[in-house]
Amino acid sequence: MTLLLQMDDRSWIWGGNLLYGLAFAIALFFVLRSRRHSRLLLFILIAAGFVLQTTGLYLRGLESQGCPLGNPFEILQFIVWSLIVIYMVIGPAFHMSLLGFFTSGLAATIGVASLLVPEWDAVRREELFGGNVWIELHAALAIFSYGAFGVLALTSLMYLLQNYSLKHKKLEGVFHFLPSLYQLETMNFRLLILGTTVLTGSLLIGAQHWFRDFQSVNQGKLFVTTAIWAAYSSVLLLRIREMLISRALSWTCIILFLFALLSIPPVDSNRKPEARPPESARLERLSPSHLTDESPRAAPPLPGPKDSDGGAAGPPPAESRPTPPI
Amino acid sequence: MLGASHRTAPIEVREKLAIGPDQTADVYQGLKKIDGLNEFVVLNTCNRIEIYTVAEHPEVRRRLETYLCDFHSCDSETLRKFSTWRENEDAVRHLFEVSSGIDSLVVGEAEILGQVKDSYARARENASLGPILNRVFQKSFQAAKWTRTHTGIGRGQVSVGSVAVDLAQKIFGDLARCRILVLGAGEIAERTLVNLKSRGAHSITVANRTFERAGDLARKMEGCALPFEQIHRALVEYDIVIGSTAATEPLFSRAEAGQVIHNRPLRPLLLIDLAVPRDFDSAITEIDNVFLYNIDDLSELADANRASRETEIARCREVLQAKARHLWKHLRLPDPSRTEDPGSVQGTG
Repeated sequence: MTLLLQMDDRSWIWGGNLLYGLAFAIALFFVLRSRRHSRLLLFILIAAGFVLQTTGLYLRGLESQGCPLGNPFEILQFIVWSLIVIYMVIGPAFHMSLLGFFTSGLAATIGVASLLVPEWDAVRREELFGGNVWIELHAALAIFSYGAFGVLALTSLMYLLQNYSLKHKKLEGVFHFLPSLYQLETMNFRLLILGTTVLTGSLLIGAQHWFRDFQSVNQGKLFVTTAIWAAYSSVLLLRIREMLISRALSWTCIILFLFALLSIPPVDSNRKPEARPPESARLERLSPSHLTDESPRAAPPLPGPKDSDGGAAGPPPAESRPTPPI
Repeated sequence: MLGASHRTAPIEVREKLAIGPDQTADVYQGLKKIDGLNEFVVLNTCNRIEIYTVAEHPEVRRRLETYLCDFHSCDSETLRKFSTWRENEDAVRHLFEVSSGIDSLVVGEAEILGQVKDSYARARENASLGPILNRVFQKSFQAAKWTRTHTGIGRGQVSVGSVAVDLAQKIFGDLARCRILVLGAGEIAERTLVNLKSRGAHSITVANRTFERAGDLARKMEGCALPFEQIHRALVEYDIVIGSTAATEPLFSRAEAGQVIHNRPLRPLLLIDLAVPRDFDSAITEIDNVFLYNIDDLSELADANRASRETEIARCREVLQAKARHLWKHLRLPDPSRTEDPGSVQGTG
């Protein structure tokens, strides 16, 4: 119990991501042996991982006084969290065979990769939302929509696999457990509607701020976000008009999600340097003597990271401008 | 356990030994009168008649045989020749294998478990179940479930008709919402339709060059008949088209199927070609969202499933043997609440 209380946010997040990995490994073991795995066991492992990850993100949220979206690591972890939330809703509701297997695999891959790249969590912007709850909501919704697009990419991949198996008459192994094409096509459409609606809502909320204070908006971020929104909206429109369907739709959804995912680190690194290392990262850099007599939260502040001009950025200004992360 | 099955007796003998639904109550009443028979369950399917009993002594076998011979008016020599007698752990293991579908004519078929459950329920209604058979049957249900979940014994279908239905479910999921058109009214078309109906399909249309024959099959399948000359115009309305005509040239070209999918892009089209020569142009398979399977494809899938099931049998047998041994060991343990020995589980089959 004491050990649990002493765990920092990253340790909780590590625990969560490892459980996703374990769930994937167990499911993979059964799939490779062409055996049906226990959906309940998989769900329990994923749910346990979700609890650990949520605890880690909550601790980060307490530290940043808001939604933890201050650097690529946090953004990716929040996407993983959203992915799992959506799986936990649609998984049991629609009994989609193998969705847990694919979701846990993607969650573990993104989650562990973000943990293994220290640069993505080296600094974190402070006063991220400037106390503006609407900007925080905008950011959280935008990332949540990425979660929906992530699950959409997975169901699209499952559609392509099922389509391949039926076209090439290979129905054994992993193909045997895939849901029907009809179910996957229906789920793709629903997830496309969900993700696009949430992203649209997020952009509408963000637009309120951009119109008032356009100077504070990161142009690169705005361009990429708008491009992603436009792309998904176009796909949805084409799907409604039955012009983009089946395999073409699935490939498009997978490529779009990869683009959205890969755009996060470069876009995020191109943003304002009002950043500080997260608490856990700062503690790691402290010498042991700093920790002997003082509580971690009372540790002396470290110099801020260098800004783009090579100078010390220093502590964030008292009234830093809100910078939506997406 | 005393019984006869497709493994021990020809169909003529099994027919003779079969117990009709209206005779079941009489059999239970008759068996109750046999001295030394503490518990019993009668398992009666189209391929087997087996009586599982808990008896106080081996003499019960002779009494059971006499009763069955009297009931069916058959000679004891025939019964002895075509039946088997299993005792104790062997009888438990046999029941596990029967419930799991390993002993079935079509290995791995799932219907047998439902039939064993029905027999168990009937024995319960007739108050012929006791603590031992109750436990043995419950354990056999668990063993069957384990087998189905952890082995590939029930995976994939092994007849052409049922493979076609499997494919339909992989594309459409619930068959209740599918519209099915059958071209030809032959035996193979009928068998495939029976399979489709058994899995929930109900919107069935039959087209045949002889309209009367189409009408006959449609009536049998509770569907409707379509004049053969209208099939090209009607194709766009259907999700599954089964071809089983005697046409010498393909009835549908690639261009025609392409036009159909163009007019209804969201709905996939499954074409099952059971005809030789083929009813559908093989180039149709190149069209996106159209899935074409001919008789060779279906046979290949059925063969692969059959081979896969065969390889699983040895593994299943091994596990079921261990489970039966474990259960038998527990049944033989002295129960402090009982003053008598539990007796022995026996059966004839």
